[in-house]
Amino acid sequence: MKQYEYLAKGALKAYGIPIPAGQLVSTPEEGAQAVASLGPVALKAQVLVGGRGKAGGIRFAQTQQEGYDVAKAMIGMDLKGYRVDRLYAETKLAIERELYISVTTDRNAKRPLVMASLAGGVEIEDVADDQIVKAYVDPEVGVLPYFGREVASALGLEGTIFKEFADLVVKLYRIYREKDAELVEINPLAVVDGHLVAADARLNLDDSALYRHPDTTIVDEGSALERKVHEIGLAYVELDGDIAVMANGAGMAMATLDAIQYFGGRPANFLDAGGGASVGPTAEALDVLVSMKPKAILVNIFGGITRCDDVAAAILQVKKTSGIPVPLVVRLVGTNEQEGVALLKAAGIEAYSEMAEAAEQAVRLAKEAL
Amino acid sequence: MSILLNRDSRIIVQGITGNQGRFHTRQMLAYGSQVVGGISPTKGGQQIEGVPVFDTVHEAVTATGADASIVFVPAPFAKDAAFEAMENGIRLVVMIPEHIPVQDSIDIVARAKALGVTVIGPNTFGIISPGEQTKMGIMPNHIYRSGPVGVVARSGTLSYEIAFSLTNANLGQSTVVGMGGDPVVGQTFITVLEHFRNDPATTCVVMVGEIGGSAEEEAAEYLETLGKPVVAYLAGRAAPAGKRMGHAGAIIERGKGTLESKEKALRAHGAEVVTMPWQVAEAVRGMLPSK
Repeated sequence: MKQYEYLAKGALKAYGIPIPAGQLVSTPEEGAQAVASLGPVALKAQVLVGGRGKAGGIRFAQTQQEGYDVAKAMIGMDLKGYRVDRLYAETKLAIERELYISVTTDRNAKRPLVMASLAGGVEIEDVADDQIVKAYVDPEVGVLPYFGREVASALGLEGTIFKEFADLVVKLYRIYREKDAELVEINPLAVVDGHLVAADARLNLDDSALYRHPDTTIVDEGSALERKVHEIGLAYVELDGDIAVMANGAGMAMATLDAIQYFGGRPANFLDAGGGASVGPTAEALDVLVSMKPKAILVNIFGGITRCDDVAAAILQVKKTSGIPVPLVVRLVGTNEQEGVALLKAAGIEAYSEMAEAAEQAVRLAKEAL
Repeated sequence: MSILLNRDSRIIVQGITGNQGRFHTRQMLAYGSQVVGGISPTKGGQQIEGVPVFDTVHEAVTATGADASIVFVPAPFAKDAAFEAMENGIRLVVMIPEHIPVQDSIDIVARAKALGVTVIGPNTFGIISPGEQTKMGIMPNHIYRSGPVGVVARSGTLSYEIAFSLTNANLGQSTVVGMGGDPVVGQTFITVLEHFRNDPATTCVVMVGEIGGSAEEEAAEYLETLGKPVVAYLAGRAAPAGKRMGHAGAIIERGKGTLESKEKALRAHGAEVVTMPWQVAEAVRGMLPSK
């Protein structure tokens, strides 16, 4: 779960990492007030999109009137599809140099990775490999002060900046570890008046570890529908096609989208109904698909732990209570397959046994519905 | 023959008194797995499905000589369970739970490496060796048959789909291994492929991958060392960037983890990459020597 910049900065501050003075702004009046208390400010849209500055999400204000006007222009604006509700006003910095530092999990090495560079201020993916210092952390040892000094030394830093940087590596690793972060990044890590300041920050938290951080501000960047399905407890992603999809298991759900595309159709969503979902949640998920008003619905089930008769019962329940007004294609294979197929057949729904046939049929019906 | 697990493996079930633990103990016994004990603190002395329950792994290992453990405890307790198994001499730990914090998985995997323990998962369906009639996992028993095809997958149901299509095409499996859908898991494609390389019963390997990370790219070069033909199928062609597709690990982040990059790497090192799951069996048939 990504955190907004102001939340990330709050975490940095709590661990003693210097950040610019700043405050949240959600009305034009607060924009003016921010300049009154902070002096000239940068007003930064609090949205979770990359390339925020280029898209017009960071603007400056010298006077209170400008603070009012800029805040008024920015609040409610659309930034790459996201509505801006809040700004974060920060003292404008006189930046001398821009560095980069992050701690993340390297999936292949299966351990934490510290990355640092003198080429800050741009996305790290755009920095040449030979300009990035990479240092893997042994999780059984952790990051001791020497580790920070080694990274600072590898970057060629000297004097005050060397000391501050080395110290910052230790603190950043503590945030990564203690907050259960997937990524904590400071970019740019600015040099202002000869000292390091975190000019921008990213903090992505591990959803699976939220239970041990009850104070976390929950940020769901999804659409209204995505948030609704997440509340049922299912994995759901909205796509831009017209064939609604439900499958059991993340891999199967992905493969089902691929199959629709393979036959020339466009999937409307990703929905993993779970590896062993029972009638209730399956019916709830199906209700969501119906509410999307797709041109067709494809249900693709390989019953292992999931029972085909449960899935059939869920389909019949939805058909009876809220109705399924669009073509429905069901593929049912596996545990209790015969019972499930029979249930559907009695209700006039033909079940397929081959995934390819079912996907092709769903695409055909969606096209006929045009 | 098989990899990692065979009919002599003596298995304990951590979390045997929970619904999942109990149900899958029954399924594993029905398949032929040698389940010798279960763990459930304060419930020692009971029997579940005829299997003795112990309070601690230490007691279970002492009493039964167990060398493998399958973990069903809830995610917040999974790290503790894994360490209890590893510190008591268990050599193979299969971690079923989903939603284990990544920092916990990092610790588990680091400790396993230090002790030489094989960890499968987390967030896996487990491992099954049809030729040995044994399994540690939650996969349905009836979709597999014994044969020469090794399967290594990141996803559960998708691997069922493919294993079943192989079985229906009369192409049996030596061992099917689920690496798990999490960002940090015990195995890599390479570690599993190394086992398949050394297994005389495996003559061909199917890799079932998906978007996210670079496990497939890392493995590609190893295919030349493997010396056995590989069919690869990867899911997630239609997935948009930046969205987590169900599995915590299935996400294209900052341009990394795309299907194109993975398929290109695998093809470059000799794998036959198919685009749809139902094309796997035919591709495998084309690679096996005709009898």
